[in-house]
Amino acid sequence: MATPTPTFVRTEMLGPQEPPISQSGAVKWLRENLFSTPLNSLLTLLGLAFAYLVLRTVVPWAWNGVWSASSLGECRQIIAETLGPDSHAACWAVIGERWQQFIFGFYPLDLYWRPVLAFGLLFCALGPILYFGQSGNNLRIVGASGLLTLGALLGVRHFVAKANPPSDAILSDNPMVLVIAVVIFALLGVVAKLRPQKLVWFSILYPLIGFYLLWGGSVWAPIGTLVGFVILALVWYGLQRQVGVVVAGGAGLVTAAVWWIWVQSAVTDKLNNAIPLGLLYERSDQFGGFLLAFVIGVAAISASLPIGILLALGRRSDMFLIKTLSVGFIEFVRGVPLITMLFVASLLLQYFLPPQTNFDLILRVIILVTLFSAAYIAEVIRGGLAALPRGQYEAADALGLDYWQAQRLIIMPQALKISIPGIVSSFIGLFKDTTLVALVGLADPLQGITKIVRADINWKGIYWEPYLFVGLIFFAVCFSMSRYSMYLERKLKRDHR
Amino acid sequence: MAYVADAPKENFRLSMLIYDTRYRSITIQVIVLILALLFVGWLADNTIKNLAAKDKDINFSFLWNRAGYDIGQQLIPYTNDSTHSRAAVVGLLNTLVVAFFGCIFATILGVFAGVLRLSNNWIVSRIMTVYVETFRNVPLLLWIILSFTILSEVTPPPNAFRVTDEMIASGQAPAASMLLNESVAITNRGSDIPWPLLERPLGGADMAGVPINYAVVVSLLLLAASFYVARRNSQRARKTQEETGERPVVWWQNLLVVVLPVAAFLAWRGFHLEYPELKGFNFRGGLSIAHSFTALLIALSLYTGAFIAEAVRAGILAISKGQTEAAYALGIRPGRTMRLVVLPQALRVIIPPLISQYLNLTKNTTLGMAISYLDLKGTLGGITLNQTGRELECMMLMMAIYLILSLIISSLMNAFNASVKLKER
Repeated sequence: MATPTPTFVRTEMLGPQEPPISQSGAVKWLRENLFSTPLNSLLTLLGLAFAYLVLRTVVPWAWNGVWSASSLGECRQIIAETLGPDSHAACWAVIGERWQQFIFGFYPLDLYWRPVLAFGLLFCALGPILYFGQSGNNLRIVGASGLLTLGALLGVRHFVAKANPPSDAILSDNPMVLVIAVVIFALLGVVAKLRPQKLVWFSILYPLIGFYLLWGGSVWAPIGTLVGFVILALVWYGLQRQVGVVVAGGAGLVTAAVWWIWVQSAVTDKLNNAIPLGLLYERSDQFGGFLLAFVIGVAAISASLPIGILLALGRRSDMFLIKTLSVGFIEFVRGVPLITMLFVASLLLQYFLPPQTNFDLILRVIILVTLFSAAYIAEVIRGGLAALPRGQYEAADALGLDYWQAQRLIIMPQALKISIPGIVSSFIGLFKDTTLVALVGLADPLQGITKIVRADINWKGIYWEPYLFVGLIFFAVCFSMSRYSMYLERKLKRDHR
Repeated sequence: MAYVADAPKENFRLSMLIYDTRYRSITIQVIVLILALLFVGWLADNTIKNLAAKDKDINFSFLWNRAGYDIGQQLIPYTNDSTHSRAAVVGLLNTLVVAFFGCIFATILGVFAGVLRLSNNWIVSRIMTVYVETFRNVPLLLWIILSFTILSEVTPPPNAFRVTDEMIASGQAPAASMLLNESVAITNRGSDIPWPLLERPLGGADMAGVPINYAVVVSLLLLAASFYVARRNSQRARKTQEETGERPVVWWQNLLVVVLPVAAFLAWRGFHLEYPELKGFNFRGGLSIAHSFTALLIALSLYTGAFIAEAVRAGILAISKGQTEAAYALGIRPGRTMRLVVLPQALRVIIPPLISQYLNLTKNTTLGMAISYLDLKGTLGGITLNQTGRELECMMLMMAIYLILSLIISSLMNAFNASVKLKER
């Protein structure tokens, strides 16, 4: 007798039901994020109204902007003709006409290739540092910055050719520049492809290359400076096993200083007379705009980190005198505004240096800005050092490492990792503070150049557009720096993987 | 029997100064001391030589000479016949007043922005993120110059406010009108706001060049006494609460105690507001605030507010989620949870970065130089320096004053920090 199959039993599983419409998708998101409570709904409506008001004013203003005009009056005329008499729109023409001043200051037109090349090479030099441990990126960075630099060089060449009469003979060396740039980037590319780790040597040499490209002059001067550093390194390397890092470093510094102060100029003068080789020398007052901001920013950033580390170590040192000196320096610098430091550079340094010493204002400003920022970075790193558990120091001692080995291998890698956000925000602050050099008479993009542009009779009365342009560039640089620090934090995170 | 022999006593050799880690630190310190002294000596020597070459000396007597320049904003009486030192004091007071109001506004703005940035509301938190990121990533100088330019170039001139008889007859409105019920006028020369005055003032005295208004003194004394009484009243209420478990309602008593005496005193002396009025070519009456002050205050508050917002956000995020959840479990509403549970704990994390932001704000007031705000940097380190040519003295004095100012602010805030810090054993 066969059992009758009960018809009411399902033979297959039912699929899960769709969640109710209010609990899924866009509706759920809206309910949770915008309209969860009456107060929240009110805030949402207020926020929407605010955003709408702002966007309704700004977007048409920027979008309808005029790009080609020769004066503000002409701009307004064009706007009145196209959009009606009472309408407002941006006059981007001021950027189109004056961008080269915002970027390069008063650097000679036919030498624009030098800052462009220096800026392109900066990224090749930064590559091995920013993405340390991932040498595969080096080739990509060299390739990308090479292509972009060549493009920028071609663009600048085109611009210069348009601005100068074609008969001008100055342009004759420009094709050579392109060839040189191609060769340099090809060489760097080969190094990055075959020996990615060796590219860091280019980063070490870059400060000299960059300064030389920007300022020019005899080629022997940077080589002489380099020889000084080589002497320092050799003396240090030869002595550090016997007498320790500090004493060897001091001895190296003394030897190098002897070379720099008494020997170098004699030797380089002779060499220069024998083989005169070099680029046109550019005076510092021709620097301006973002070129100046980047020169001061990059130089001060790269110099202030090592000084800051040394100051932080000094502040935590057991040696009373070293500690006192470090604390005194850090607290003094942190107690006074940056402007007073800049005025020390422009007014007081002439009293403190030997009579008749007169060196470049930009260099003086870079030194003072470096010292200023080093004090802040020292405090950030001190925080990182203090946050390290004591066990790390004791473990390093237990392994028999000496002070510098322990710092290099155990303490600093961890302390620096903890202090990355603080260090990068100091760097961002420093880059923003480069605008203050306007107050000691240098032509920074914000106060210096914008003032000049706004003083032009054609552009009198314009304010939103130039400030917006300068602000946007600063924003782009600073924002990418802060995003990079977040990337680095994520990459170096070792716990809770 | 075995003896543990002492380590053989080493004789001190000269080479141990470098090779032996026990003596090396002393060697290094001695060398550093010598180098530091040599460096300072070298600087001093250079300075003396340079001063001699320029036929100058270090002399602070110029501070008591006639200054000969005017200062737009002066909190204590000052004319161009006053001395350089008085100009410096006026400048210092200008620095302090902008720093004081800047700190207050920046704190209010920063706390709001920081809390709202963590709001569940998507659009509000986005707007706050845009505010914080925009202001943090663009130089302060840009905000100062931009707000000054807008204030002085967009606002109407005073004669745009004029209402003539013909305009009334033809029913024509003036080109510009005053804000807030005809009490605030913002022109391209400055902002004019109402100012409190007494019909029957109590008079005043002059104390070492600083005018003392007795009415203000009396009001402040009254306020202090009222606050003391109100505090005693609250303490009594707390005691009752601890004894009986029921808290008497005292907030309205406290409010009355604080408000009534001062209000009665002011009403007795005939308190009224003096409104600015267009007379001649400019507004008269009330208080006229220069745009350089307003622009500096706006820019500093917005800029520092963004940084404080980040500090507040970090502080709130540092409080573990369990605290919020526990408060919700006790049935406390979200707003009160934030106010009573999260913020008091977050305050301990927030205060140290807040101190450095206040210090930064105070130091950043020097940027007022770009818009000719005559603070300490503008008077002592600006016009006085240029007029007398005494760079060394002016700069040293100015740096010392800023240093002392920073130390005072940081010690005050550190004391506050110590008082709210978690009391541990």
